[in-house]
Amino acid sequence: MNWVGRSLRRFEDPALLRGEGRFTADTTSGALVVRFLRSPIANGRIVSLRPPAEMPPGAVFVSATEMAGTATIKPMLHRFAYRAVEQPVLPGDRVHFVGQAIAAIAAATAELAEDLVEAIEVEYEVEPAVVGLDAALLPDAAPVHGAAPGNVAVEGVLRSPDCETVFAAAPHVVELAILSRRQNATPMEARAGCAQYDRATGRIRLTASVQMPHMLRTGIAELLGMAESDLQVVAPDVGGGFGQKMALFPEYAVLVWLARRHRGAFAWIEDRNENLIASAHSRDQRHVLRGAFDADGTLLGLEAEILANVGAFSAYPTTCGVEPLMAFAEYPGPYKVQAYSARARGVLTHTCPMAPYRGVSRPVITFGLERLMDQAAKAIGIDPVAIRRRNLVDSFPYQTATGLTLDDASYVETLDDAVALLDIPAFRARQAAARTEGRFIGLGLAVFNERTGYGTPAFAARGMGIVPGYEVVDIAMTPGGEIELRIGASPHGQGLRTTLAQIVADRLGVSPDVIRVIHGDTDRTPYGWGSFASRATVISGGACRTAADKLAVRLRAAAATVLQAKAEEITLRDGQAVAASGSSVALAALAKQVHQRSDLFDDFNLAETAAYDPGGTFSNACHAAIVEVDAETGLVRIERYLVVEDAGRIINPLIADGQVRGGVAQGIANALFEEIVYAEDGNILTGTLADYTPPTCAEIPTIEIHHRETISPATLTGAKGLGEGGSIGAPAAIANAISDALAPFGIEITEIPATPPRIRALIRAAEAAR
Amino acid sequence: MDPVGAAPLLCTPFRTSSVGPSMKPAAFDYHAPATLDQALDLLRNHGEEARILAGGQSLVPTMAFRMARPSVLVDINRISALAYTKAEGNSLRIGALARHAWFETPVAAGPVGALLAQVAHSIAHAPIRQRGTFCGSLAHADPASEWCATVLALGGTLLLAGPDGRREIAAADWFQGVFTTAIEPGEMLAEVRLPLLDPGWRCGFAEFSRRAGDFALTMAVVAIRIEDGGMREVRIALGGIGGRPELASRAAALLIGQPPSAAIAREAAACAAADCDPQDDIHAPADYRRDLVRSMVRRALTQAFAA
Ligand SMILES: Cc1cc2nc3c(=O)[nH]c(=O)nc-3n(C[C@H](O)[C@H](O)[C@H](O)COP(=O)(O)OP(=O)(O)OC[C@H]3O[C@@H](n4cnc5c(N)ncnc54)[C@H](O)[C@@H]3O)c2cc1C
Repeated sequence: MNWVGRSLRRFEDPALLRGEGRFTADTTSGALVVRFLRSPIANGRIVSLRPPAEMPPGAVFVSATEMAGTATIKPMLHRFAYRAVEQPVLPGDRVHFVGQAIAAIAAATAELAEDLVEAIEVEYEVEPAVVGLDAALLPDAAPVHGAAPGNVAVEGVLRSPDCETVFAAAPHVVELAILSRRQNATPMEARAGCAQYDRATGRIRLTASVQMPHMLRTGIAELLGMAESDLQVVAPDVGGGFGQKMALFPEYAVLVWLARRHRGAFAWIEDRNENLIASAHSRDQRHVLRGAFDADGTLLGLEAEILANVGAFSAYPTTCGVEPLMAFAEYPGPYKVQAYSARARGVLTHTCPMAPYRGVSRPVITFGLERLMDQAAKAIGIDPVAIRRRNLVDSFPYQTATGLTLDDASYVETLDDAVALLDIPAFRARQAAARTEGRFIGLGLAVFNERTGYGTPAFAARGMGIVPGYEVVDIAMTPGGEIELRIGASPHGQGLRTTLAQIVADRLGVSPDVIRVIHGDTDRTPYGWGSFASRATVISGGACRTAADKLAVRLRAAAATVLQAKAEEITLRDGQAVAASGSSVALAALAKQVHQRSDLFDDFNLAETAAYDPGGTFSNACHAAIVEVDAETGLVRIERYLVVEDAGRIINPLIADGQVRGGVAQGIANALFEEIVYAEDGNILTGTLADYTPPTCAEIPTIEIHHRETISPATLTGAKGLGEGGSIGAPAAIANAISDALAPFGIEITEIPATPPRIRALIRAAEAAR
Repeated sequence: MDPVGAAPLLCTPFRTSSVGPSMKPAAFDYHAPATLDQALDLLRNHGEEARILAGGQSLVPTMAFRMARPSVLVDINRISALAYTKAEGNSLRIGALARHAWFETPVAAGPVGALLAQVAHSIAHAPIRQRGTFCGSLAHADPASEWCATVLALGGTLLLAGPDGRREIAAADWFQGVFTTAIEPGEMLAEVRLPLLDPGWRCGFAEFSRRAGDFALTMAVVAIRIEDGGMREVRIALGGIGGRPELASRAAALLIGQPPSAAIAREAAACAAADCDPQDDIHAPADYRRDLVRSMVRRALTQAFAA
């Protein structure tokens, strides 16, 4: 029986659907409620900071003074001219962005804690804030941090020697400036933590809504100078993370500090306003892109100037290099282009720090590159499909200009599939007819690849001070015959309990429902990096597979003893160990015997460990959108959204489609809806979900998903990652579709989100220019 | 599939949660009177400190942000005598506890009941409509409230109960600015009356919001009486433009005497757009709101013409 490839319903869902999931806020019984005082100013000095004049008994105040001796958060990159910016857990003298936590109150109730935060006596001396990229890069701009004069915290430069000559000789050079506005990942559950002191052992348990529990433990122990083993970090059910919950946030260090110092329990459940202004932002980038093309549309050279506004600090452990450097390394995407020059800079400003968000820079670079393809097609006078087909990598492995190896993929095939499904000639006829009625419909394509499942080498190449990558899995069969998998990865909605069980079930010939995946607890799982970067199914899944194979060896050896057969002749299937003769023993009975009658066996151990640390693989997809633009209001309605996805072997199609669908929804948000807005003084204007506007299910169309399965030789399971892909293609596909719809006006979308006011402004300008 | 294979739980296990969704407003005293007179007494006794709590769909969020900090709440939800809509003669009487959702199916025959049903569906989301009240919207006076623009378009009357008895005020005199009305201290909006227009009238409504259920960026409500093929009376109300709903009087005047046509709708819409003085905010710059006025007025008129 093959379990891989089946749409098993997720093991995780019954409890969630019954309302019986356990999230951090469900674990706070008896804890004091913590609320933070947050900076109302973007830049300035803290002149004085005093606790409320009247503190009720039992309430606690904490600021930098109380936490003296705590280290600063200081992630490192050893390359790319990185300037190490230090972030204090709570600042003593200066604040750097609106929303930065300055002090905290713990009290018996939330309302009391809110009252006391209001009563904290604090005085600031406001200084001018550096908010946008332009202001930060002015020659005389005040530095956000002394460590980074000029406000450039990280800079990657690559000049392919032939780039200049290629551009000079090219028949067509197409230039494009794009702008991606700032976003917040907006997980349904905001950040949350509860730190509890255990009197019996003196240890602290931090239950928190995070993606990297082991990393958080290491980080907090270092900050507070405590023994790492005195801290247990537990990630229970986590209501979405999308990268936002990777970072080591100061708030968690404060909770652990409080629990240690005051020997009690302290809980902070972030509200939406805090999450919007003070968790982490993403995708605030501006690029200038130039493409050199031959007369037939062949892409000869690519140049990219990349600027990323990374906010006031550098997120731990990824650093503020994560966005600019990913854009830098991966801009050429799925296209054959060897002449590539790029400069990428991460720019510090007095705004909320940047952290990775689903897709990281790829939604932005795909937007840039796929807009470039459409504009080049128009300039050269060829078809958008033809220009892509001409340039897509079609033989593998392919070495990119930045040294990445593209493994087997289906760039051309997914495009062809999408084109066939769309019936473009019929669409063009419909489009022409609609235009005669004053209606504007358009079709947009986005082809991209997505580096997934990458281990240590990829992160080491970035020069990261902390190099993530491997995953470890411990497997054991209980005397009762169930299989326990302890994983270092830390799922937060991806359905990993189900997916990993399917992988292991096939290797051991058991049903997935005897497999328990134990995760998200530093006391109960091996050290691991967590779930991010579309890696867990590939890397943890690969480790699970190896671990299962190692356990299978032990099970066959034990069965050989019982069945008096040769171990090599024993197969594991349907929960049995079956000898060539046909005699068999149930694995559950075997496990009991091995544990309880070890006198009969050579070895009593039914446990194994395996690790996996792959170099990485590339998933790919073609997205297509058909939109209608209301020229009067600028409203974009998505009529059809199509994804042809190739993530190698699909372990569970139901879960895979869920990942794609959720990603596309966030991509649509990126394309049309979501934008964090700062005022010039650094105040943030989008602090509620009425002002920061994620789409609702009413705005998200049905998403049509098709798969190809190019089995990757680069991963153990043949699977590639797919957690991020959905979000990557949507901005480009939609921007291309809007541009196609508005072609009669000569409009090209170069800024996302393409909101109705922006679209109307473009139409108005086009009409005025006529 | 349940990985443990255990029997499904039949009851929700006991859970404790102390921090979860919590009280965030500043402290307040709470009263829930059973009669209008008791409510008025409480309002009189507590003066400016007191706020009426109706559906709570605007007040409670602002209290959670501590932008509103009333020290006394007078919850009127138990005053069942205020929970009514009544069609009486030529007018529709709407009591202070009539919820938005009640209007989703017509509360009266004729063009007004139909217009209210259409408008109701555009207000917020279904759960909010179950609690939010018609009169609460009028009292709150959000510039983008559908009911406010509708009452102005229909030329409604507001009935106030206060320490010195009752008084009536015309919709046109009620709205003063963003969240400000002609209400006096100690007063409660007890009822709104709308004229039940006869079938010679036709109404139209159009609004633009970015997401389903959002406050609209701009809306237009129109009511037109057509006789002998020509427009005799025309009212066009706009919402979401400035601090309060307003009438597009010049655009309305331009239609008088004209037969309905696409061209005249466009002309009136352009006139309304030219006359208005829209606000600027992060969701819509002023020019964009002007574009929307043109579009929404045209659409509302087109709808009314076709009715
Ligand atoms: C997510 C969301 C979306 C929304 N979208 C829309 C929308 O699209 N369109 C829209 O119009 N509204 C919208 N609303 C607001 C909603 O319609 C409110 O219900 C309405 O504005 C106020 O009515 P209420 O009964 O809830 O009043 P409350 O919130 O209880 O009170 C609002 C104010 O009015 C006062 N008040 C209430 N009743 C009276 C009275 N009888 N006499 C005197 N004063 C009184 C209160 O003291 C308070 O100051 C939205 C609300 C939310 C939360």
